[in-house]
Amino acid sequence: MQELNKRNMETKKDSIIDQLTQKPWDPAQVKIDNSHEGKTFNLHVGKLGLRYLMIVSTIMFCLFIVTYGDRMIYDDWVKMPEPFLLWINTFILFVSSIIFIRIQIASKKNQFKKAKRDLILVGFLALVFLIGQFLVWQNMVDKGYYVYGSPANAYFYLFTALHGLHLLGGLVYWVMTIRKVWNINDINIRKAKHTIELCSIYWHFLLAVWIVLFGLMLFT
Amino acid sequence: MAADSYEDVVKNKESIPALEVAPQDLYHAKSFWTKYIFCQDAKVIGIQYGLTAVAIGLVGLVSSWLMRMQIAFPGLIPMDAAQYYQLVTMHGMIMVVYLLTALFLGGFGNYLIPLMVGARDMVFPYVNMVSFWVFFLAVIILASSYFVPGGPTGAGWTLYPPQAITSGTPGGDGLGIVLMLVSLAVFVIGFTMGGLNYVITVLQARTRGMTLMRLPLTVWGIFTATVLALFAFPALFVAGIMMTLDNMLGTSFFMPAIIQFGEKLTHEGGSPILFQHLFWFFGHPEVYIVALPAFGIVSDLISVHARKNIFGYRMMVWAIVIIGGLSFVVWAHHMYVAGMNPWFGFFFATTTLIIAVPTAIKVYNWVLTLWRGNIKLTLPMLFSIAFIITFVNGGLTGLFLGNVAVDVPLSDTYFVVAHFHMVMGIAPVLVILGSVYHWFPLITGRFLNERLGKIHFWVTFIGSYSIYFPMHYLGFMGVTRRYFEVFEGEAFTYSITGINQFITVAALVTGAAQFLFIYNIIVSSKFGKKAGKNPWKACSLEWRTKDVPPTHGNFDKELPVVYRWAYDYSVPGADEDYITQDTPPSAVANARAEQT
Repeated sequence: MQELNKRNMETKKDSIIDQLTQKPWDPAQVKIDNSHEGKTFNLHVGKLGLRYLMIVSTIMFCLFIVTYGDRMIYDDWVKMPEPFLLWINTFILFVSSIIFIRIQIASKKNQFKKAKRDLILVGFLALVFLIGQFLVWQNMVDKGYYVYGSPANAYFYLFTALHGLHLLGGLVYWVMTIRKVWNINDINIRKAKHTIELCSIYWHFLLAVWIVLFGLMLFT
Repeated sequence: MAADSYEDVVKNKESIPALEVAPQDLYHAKSFWTKYIFCQDAKVIGIQYGLTAVAIGLVGLVSSWLMRMQIAFPGLIPMDAAQYYQLVTMHGMIMVVYLLTALFLGGFGNYLIPLMVGARDMVFPYVNMVSFWVFFLAVIILASSYFVPGGPTGAGWTLYPPQAITSGTPGGDGLGIVLMLVSLAVFVIGFTMGGLNYVITVLQARTRGMTLMRLPLTVWGIFTATVLALFAFPALFVAGIMMTLDNMLGTSFFMPAIIQFGEKLTHEGGSPILFQHLFWFFGHPEVYIVALPAFGIVSDLISVHARKNIFGYRMMVWAIVIIGGLSFVVWAHHMYVAGMNPWFGFFFATTTLIIAVPTAIKVYNWVLTLWRGNIKLTLPMLFSIAFIITFVNGGLTGLFLGNVAVDVPLSDTYFVVAHFHMVMGIAPVLVILGSVYHWFPLITGRFLNERLGKIHFWVTFIGSYSIYFPMHYLGFMGVTRRYFEVFEGEAFTYSITGINQFITVAALVTGAAQFLFIYNIIVSSKFGKKAGKNPWKACSLEWRTKDVPPTHGNFDKELPVVYRWAYDYSVPGADEDYITQDTPPSAVANARAEQT
């Protein structure tokens, strides 16, 4: 079965444009179509599903950024200071992403003991990041930068909150990953590896989103 | 579609590789709760979506009755202006989002996608189940706004700030608007989960031989609409979140400096126009999120009931995709009177009119499918024909409103109300009704009563035209929409009162006919004539299930293998006038290829 899977994954798929411009009534095409395996892409449904969710999230953040650009051109825009703690938080997220690369490598080599240890570390770092963001909020409120104070403040709280919520969602998936890795056996080993990969991709995505948001707030 | 020679088929059969992935593990329900309530079977979820959407849709229907009573016979039902605006708002939002979107994508999408693509279920059944319950929660939140102090929001379904969140607007300073925004945000979250299933199932879980260009157009319509929603709903979500923050936390995303009842509010510098852009970036694709599934479904209904292959299948698919793409670059035609730069309006007028090209292709192809077809005037066919006529009518008035110079004087008149009700209200509803008559035998194993159905059809069809045709005239007369009371006098002549009364009576009768339809569904599901397997002699896979109604897992031990498109009707040389998608060419060796 695995060999078959590998063979199928290696089968080259026509691009969407090619698929849409085929002439299904052409007898030669009919022959090809009759043995079509029914998939559009050589991708696991989980991976495609994650891409779908990341696209939705990206569109949402892009729209927020568009409104940000529209709002900052008005006179009442007052830039907000970036506390040093934000840099530390960014570094934590960056380190988490690197650890996830290590986890993926370990999982590929079937070194699940190492993967387990690193997974716990990533979860811990995610919590530290969230607490760090909360401390930044507190620090800002103490300094008088309230959410209603200026539009830049409002966007700061909005962006950090939304990113934090995405990370919380990621932590739910992280729990599922932990469960799979902890109960690993010969049967579910592929599923566990797959879950680790998806979790890892999502973490990289969250880092990318944060870098864009942080950069935006830093330079404007 | 071309049928191969027998020798080719034998060769092909040998060349079809074994299943490349293990069959999907389905969760088999063990109790009443997991079978009917927290069910993971897409068909049950589809019915749950449908029932919930129709239940809240009836609230929208009754709202429209009350509004019409107020306009035609003011004072007959005690109502003040605030209550009228609440009815208008809730009617609009319920009908567009909670009824039509949920019914087409959640209802028909869930029921039909796995069956039509030859899958056992959606690819993420658990997420699918959660999707419905999140939608249900959104409906409950929306409905709860009727019971909070101040009642639901009366800001109009567009929820434009600043008026939506200021005192004076019903529900503006209370919980009404908050609940509306929260409900929409929850809806978007639920829909994203459902959409995940619809998109990935269509892309990756089709059965063997089911290429993209062999999919029934119903699936193409629902699939493309879901992709549109994937891009459009985030805009509604973003707008909703930002307005909630403006309302609850005093931020100024959309709220400009404003004086409310002589008191200056803390807001400053926000842009209400920005909200309009976001809203319509969602709002216009939303029209096609409702229309594209209707386009797809009606193509199938026409083909089945005219016993003829759909004309120009490939062009129909492309038209759906092109319309979907274009729908994202037309949004500001809803904002011609918002004070935009004339060049901006020119751009959006141009893109709007370009959409008429793929849309016209579809209409021509429907008509050409009917041309010299073996038309059976069954109820689904009647509703389909009614749809084509209504959609053309509504589309033509869209040409008026798409042009800036013509739109400006017609803006905010009843002409606009007539236009969008024809094109995205009545037209899709006619398709929904037709498709219920079409797929009811699959869902329940019984036909709906035809006599009641005919009465329902004619009252609905003639009634809808009685409501909306005169509204065009009202619009030309300059009667503005959203007015709580239309007085006779210098501005409006006596004829306007008469027309309004006529429209109201028509609306009451047409609405009542829908209760006849519901009665028909309830009675026929128990006592209707038994339908048996594939009563319409259709080609697509949903009729090829092991049991009727299909059970969990949909198909027999083996999934069907597809050898052709879903439109092989009246193929010359074939024994019967239809060849199902899973019929191997060897079984219809004498059938000659159709040129499409």
